[in-house]
Amino acid sequence: MDTFVHQVLAGLATGGIYASVALALVMIHQATHLLNFAQGEMAMFSTYIAWALINAGVPYWAAFFLTIGFAFVLGLAIQHFVMRNIRSTSVLQLVIVFIGLLVIFNSVAGWLFTYTIKVFPSPFPKESLFGQKYLSSHELGAIGVTLVVLTLLWAFFRFTELGLAMRAAAQNPTSSRLVGIRVAWMLALGWGLAAAIGAIAGMMVAPIVYLDPNMMAGILLYAFAAALIGGIDSPGGAVVGGLLVGVLENVLGAYVVGNELKLGVALVLIIGVLLVKPSGLFGSVQVTRV
Amino acid sequence: MSAIAPPVGTPLAAAASARRLRLIGLAVIIVAACVLPFVVSNYRTFQFTLVLVYAIALLGLNILTGYNGQISLGHGAFYAIGAYVAAIMMDRMGMPYWATVPVAGGLCLVVGFLFGLPALRLEGHYLALATFALGVTMPQLLKNKYVEHWTGGVQGIVIVKPDAPFGLKLSPDQWLYLFTLAITVVMFVIGWNLIRGRVGRALVAIRDQPIAASAMGIDTALYKSLAFGVSAMYTGVAGALGAIAIQFVAPDSFGVGLSISLLTGIVIGGLASIPGAFFGALFIQFIPNIADQISKAAPWAIYGIFLIGFMFLMPMGINGAIRLGWARMRHRHSKPAQREGG
Repeated sequence: MDTFVHQVLAGLATGGIYASVALALVMIHQATHLLNFAQGEMAMFSTYIAWALINAGVPYWAAFFLTIGFAFVLGLAIQHFVMRNIRSTSVLQLVIVFIGLLVIFNSVAGWLFTYTIKVFPSPFPKESLFGQKYLSSHELGAIGVTLVVLTLLWAFFRFTELGLAMRAAAQNPTSSRLVGIRVAWMLALGWGLAAAIGAIAGMMVAPIVYLDPNMMAGILLYAFAAALIGGIDSPGGAVVGGLLVGVLENVLGAYVVGNELKLGVALVLIIGVLLVKPSGLFGSVQVTRV
Repeated sequence: MSAIAPPVGTPLAAAASARRLRLIGLAVIIVAACVLPFVVSNYRTFQFTLVLVYAIALLGLNILTGYNGQISLGHGAFYAIGAYVAAIMMDRMGMPYWATVPVAGGLCLVVGFLFGLPALRLEGHYLALATFALGVTMPQLLKNKYVEHWTGGVQGIVIVKPDAPFGLKLSPDQWLYLFTLAITVVMFVIGWNLIRGRVGRALVAIRDQPIAASAMGIDTALYKSLAFGVSAMYTGVAGALGAIAIQFVAPDSFGVGLSISLLTGIVIGGLASIPGAFFGALFIQFIPNIADQISKAAPWAIYGIFLIGFMFLMPMGINGAIRLGWARMRHRHSKPAQREGG
């Protein structure tokens, strides 16, 4: 029983990471109706920037916020200089551009920072909090950070004028332009925000999985699954989906199929859910007009 | 249909001359392809064998994604099934290499059709995830200890390259190239007939207007599953040929990377186009080498720049760009004639 509780809680901790990457995916999807395959690599690259800053003697929290700023500008720049200039006739072409970005970030990170695995510091204390033995303080902290980010995002979209403008630009670009919203900049802002959320996720996950150029590959896949299972247009759903996938993965890996097959089994289960509920647990059902 | 010769100077005559030009071009390309192994080195011949193999796989994926509009990020799995069928039949059962190709195709047809049935409920991103799951799971399944006896586990299987039959004076590489070329021609003729006929029109109709297509009496579910099956069959045949050419199969060579590079190949080559399969295959086979020559430090960054650059300059793929250029050239040539006429 004790190990079971531990497995579930550890699953919740990694689930928190999946949730924050899923959140970033949902953000870009809300702004552009695309799934960004390069999201994980952008997060990994930002985490390397944080690592370089910390190694250069910058205190952790200063590096943390500097990195978020860097990621924001990176996302903005990618939308402004790359995505905006691609005349696409189908989604597949954009998917190829995302794959291109993915391999570029991966390769450049490997080239600048080498492929050797690096230890990334955690901002949270070593000893576990509240006298419990299930979760390390970093895992607790990561969940807390995810929840804070989610609340901030929700408040941003719900209460600020800018958030309202961004939602409008995504839902109806033409009408938004007519009422004076600068749609292109709203898109770029969406990319920037998503990249910043990704960077936070990267910095939270790096102390657990260690920093290397391929660290986000598996995480991105789980995040996709989380975003889809929660419903691609629902930020809250992404968080629930992330936690669900984390627990599922951990418990299945520990008790049912062993470590090697757990990725496949988790995915098959998720597809099983999608077959019954094609728009995800919390997604709104899309109706097409003929 | 062609019993009445169209009068000279009409669009029909222009279409007929364009068709004649295309046939001549095709004949030249086939002759060049037959001569190729006798003028380049054995290693290059081997590389071009792989180009043909990829072209077959890309045609298969294009039937599914280009013509039928169903995305697949897991075609590496069907390629793996084809490759393992060939390897197991040759190494464990002692069957001749040519017998493995139809078996690989047939098995993949069935597996693809069965996978296509549940996939009917999924579209877009969700289908991408489902097929991705297939692509991710396949190498893990091949490594599984219950099938290790057949698949050789992580180590994989080494197979022997077949010699030329009937006492022909050809190196194994040359013979294998010609063997692959023959199968490529057969597969492309079948594919071409499939796509330009009733089935192809049904597939395109489902892609463009699924609701209208089913209203016109097309069995959407059947055709979509069939597209999956046929597509998997092509990829399986390619997998078997690829395994025979490389003489080695191992789970890790059929990972997600293979699936993604197949998808890249059809988009770069040109979606919903038959010649596009060859352009895409050349891209998959040669661009990584070129990228490696440009920068040893970060070859994949160069590869990524190639990808984005191609999409930037040729959003319709290489085949689309060639068609556009061709149309522009003809347009320029035909303009003065039009002015004279009226």
